[in-house]
Amino acid sequence: MTAPAIELKGISKSFGPVQANKDISIRVRPGTIHGIIGENGAGKSTLMSILYGFYKADSGEIWINGNETQIPDSQAAIAAGIGMVFQHFKLVENFTVLENVILGAEDSGLLKPSLARARKSLLNLAQEYGLNVDPDARIDEIGVGMQQRVEILKALYREAQILILDEPTGVLTPAEADQLFRILHRLREEGKTIILITHKLREIMEATDEVSVMRRGEMVATRTTSQTTPEELAELMVGRKVLLRVDKAPAQPGGKVLEIRNLHVRDEKGVERVKGINLSVRAGEILGIAGVAGNGQSELLEVLGGMRPGTGEVLLNGQPVELVGANGRAIRDKGIAHVPEDRQREGLIMDFHAWENVAFGYHHDPAYNRGLLMDNAALRADTERKIEKFDIRPADGWLSAKNFSGGNQQKIVVAREIERNPDLLLVGQPTRGVDIGAIEFIHKQIVALRDAGKAVLLVSVELEEIFSLSDRIAVMFDGHVMGERLPDQTDEKELGLLMAGVSGPREATA
Amino acid sequence: MDFITLIQVLDSTIRLTTPLLLACLAGLYSERAGIFDIGLEGKMLASAFLSAAIAYVSGSVWLGLLAGIAASVLLSALHGLASITFRGNQLISGLAVTMLAQGFTVLVAQDWFQQGGRTPSLTGAGRFTGITLPFADALEPVPVIGPIYAELISGHSILVYLAFAMVPLTWWILFRTRFGLRLRAVGENPAAVDTAGISVTGLRYAAVLICGVLCGIAGAYLSTALQAGFVKDMTAGRGYIALAALIFAKWRPWHALWSCLLFGLLQAVALRFQNIDLGGIVIPVQVMDALPYILTVVILAGFVGKAIPPRAGGEPYVKER
Repeated sequence: MTAPAIELKGISKSFGPVQANKDISIRVRPGTIHGIIGENGAGKSTLMSILYGFYKADSGEIWINGNETQIPDSQAAIAAGIGMVFQHFKLVENFTVLENVILGAEDSGLLKPSLARARKSLLNLAQEYGLNVDPDARIDEIGVGMQQRVEILKALYREAQILILDEPTGVLTPAEADQLFRILHRLREEGKTIILITHKLREIMEATDEVSVMRRGEMVATRTTSQTTPEELAELMVGRKVLLRVDKAPAQPGGKVLEIRNLHVRDEKGVERVKGINLSVRAGEILGIAGVAGNGQSELLEVLGGMRPGTGEVLLNGQPVELVGANGRAIRDKGIAHVPEDRQREGLIMDFHAWENVAFGYHHDPAYNRGLLMDNAALRADTERKIEKFDIRPADGWLSAKNFSGGNQQKIVVAREIERNPDLLLVGQPTRGVDIGAIEFIHKQIVALRDAGKAVLLVSVELEEIFSLSDRIAVMFDGHVMGERLPDQTDEKELGLLMAGVSGPREATA
Repeated sequence: MDFITLIQVLDSTIRLTTPLLLACLAGLYSERAGIFDIGLEGKMLASAFLSAAIAYVSGSVWLGLLAGIAASVLLSALHGLASITFRGNQLISGLAVTMLAQGFTVLVAQDWFQQGGRTPSLTGAGRFTGITLPFADALEPVPVIGPIYAELISGHSILVYLAFAMVPLTWWILFRTRFGLRLRAVGENPAAVDTAGISVTGLRYAAVLICGVLCGIAGAYLSTALQAGFVKDMTAGRGYIALAALIFAKWRPWHALWSCLLFGLLQAVALRFQNIDLGGIVIPVQVMDALPYILTVVILAGFVGKAIPPRAGGEPYVKER
């Protein structure tokens, strides 16, 4: 039996009091695609960053191709034939593709020969693996799919034999993701070893040969992919049985709660991000907005939430909503609640206690006030109730928001907004960075609100989430609504095309 | 305005541009690497003092220059220690460097020379003197070209030529060498440099030290070439003007040359034309003297186009979790 391409023995790593990796051991066979799956915060990225020399392990050994190897920094990792594509690309945005590729791997003090060699080498790699890029394009002028190919090329240019990809599909359309997996298979055929970190079960099942599961900093199992099931992996990830599908009754749509007519929105740079869209959401209905991040969905939510001005017409229960000079309070008073996309920046104040966060945006509510003073006792009592009802853990209202896990932070926001019993709930990326257990819970709450006859506008970049929650799906691309579909009359492939801006002939009747 | 006056004003422009240009390029190296430096002023001041003091004591301007560079590099290292190693606030650290220099130079000057915080006047080998370029005398009588060559181009000190030669050299280093590529990268996205296996800390220290050397030359030029000795606060805000010029130049070497020349020209005009009589309305000398500073404020207020600084500028590099 050949030596494993990578063998980690007893790796531990702490960040202050948080132990990110506990005594982790793993073997990766050469020439395979090895998946590492786990929830956010399970320690996958930390482990791989240790392997790439970005962090130093507190203890443990790294063996490469049967030899123990010290990897104190990234240079040592590169020398050992390891390349890494980080979740957040490490590219210099105002450099060209070529300059990014040679950075740190220049042949000599002068750039000219290196640039010439890299240009040739890039052409060869492009042919060999289908990694097409324009070597002279600037990074900030190319799309994320191509940026990712640049990252892969960077690793291959350094002759990496082992390639680590951290959550590579988060920013890709389904078609781009398929293309990525074709490239990975091609690399495997050439004998390269690939480690794929992800929290998406589907990708593990489709692309990997073997899979290791991490939970709370520990390696809990390794399986041969063909001999396991998504259900088993999900259970290993969470530590208990989970429902992967949301159970919900068919929608009973009522009258139109939200109507958007010819809405235009510009961002702070004056670039038009929403280009005249028309949408409506009925009572008792969840409208899901699908799309690759950055196609105007965020701006749409922000306008409706009173965080950004826009032009056009928005009606709530037939009454016009201010689009310019609106503010969060006026919007909330009208019966719109908002779970913003970025809970840490817009949904919470991370250094404030949970009981303070639980009432943000509603501090003027008489229930929280006694004359001129805040009624802190009432606030804390309200917090106790919400902690209980939404199973927020740890159940301590005196903890700062930052001390809760992502899932529990999100529960605080969701509890605050849903408990106002709004006519319309705006919700952006409700489960980004949220563990599977909390996802299940948050999804149930959203569906319960719908069943109570309220309207929900959901924005998510996770197609799976869109499919499992939505009663109707609208796809946004480049500021336009490309089309609306009913979830049981479409599939990921069709939505993927719409997300990439390719228009389809079929239209759903809303 | 006659031809000779024009030549004289331009000649003076070149002399006054030199310290600005050196300081501006110094700032360029530092800020391109992501370390903001508002301590250019302080480093120039420290160098101006120490180079004049050592030049006076030793009688050698070259020893003075070396001492000035050493003083400036020391302050640079301090700024590097605070902002790179200890990840402190770069503005505060830069400000501290300047305040330190403002106090120390006068204090030490008084202690050493007892002349009210100045150094004694430099003479002979204690000063940089003009270099007469070949054929300057022979060409002088030739109309137009003669005065331009003999007056404008020839006759400056070696530091002037060095400053102007630094412009193409800096461009070449920045855009044609490995070091330049890495320097620019570390100011834009240090994480990219780190994951490419290059030391972010090492690169940033290198940039900060180059900045120190150039500021040192700028300071020495002030007290040993432009003037003949150190006086209190003799930099007169040139470090800040250089920063304004750097922003105006959008952190590019050739643009830095043009914007420094503009500031130099304004200073030269103010020196030459004290009161300007515009048919009854007299523009007082104070307005002329204030011009470079007014332009600085205008530029810093962002009236001149949008300048996008290096993206990672001012941010200490911390590996993200």
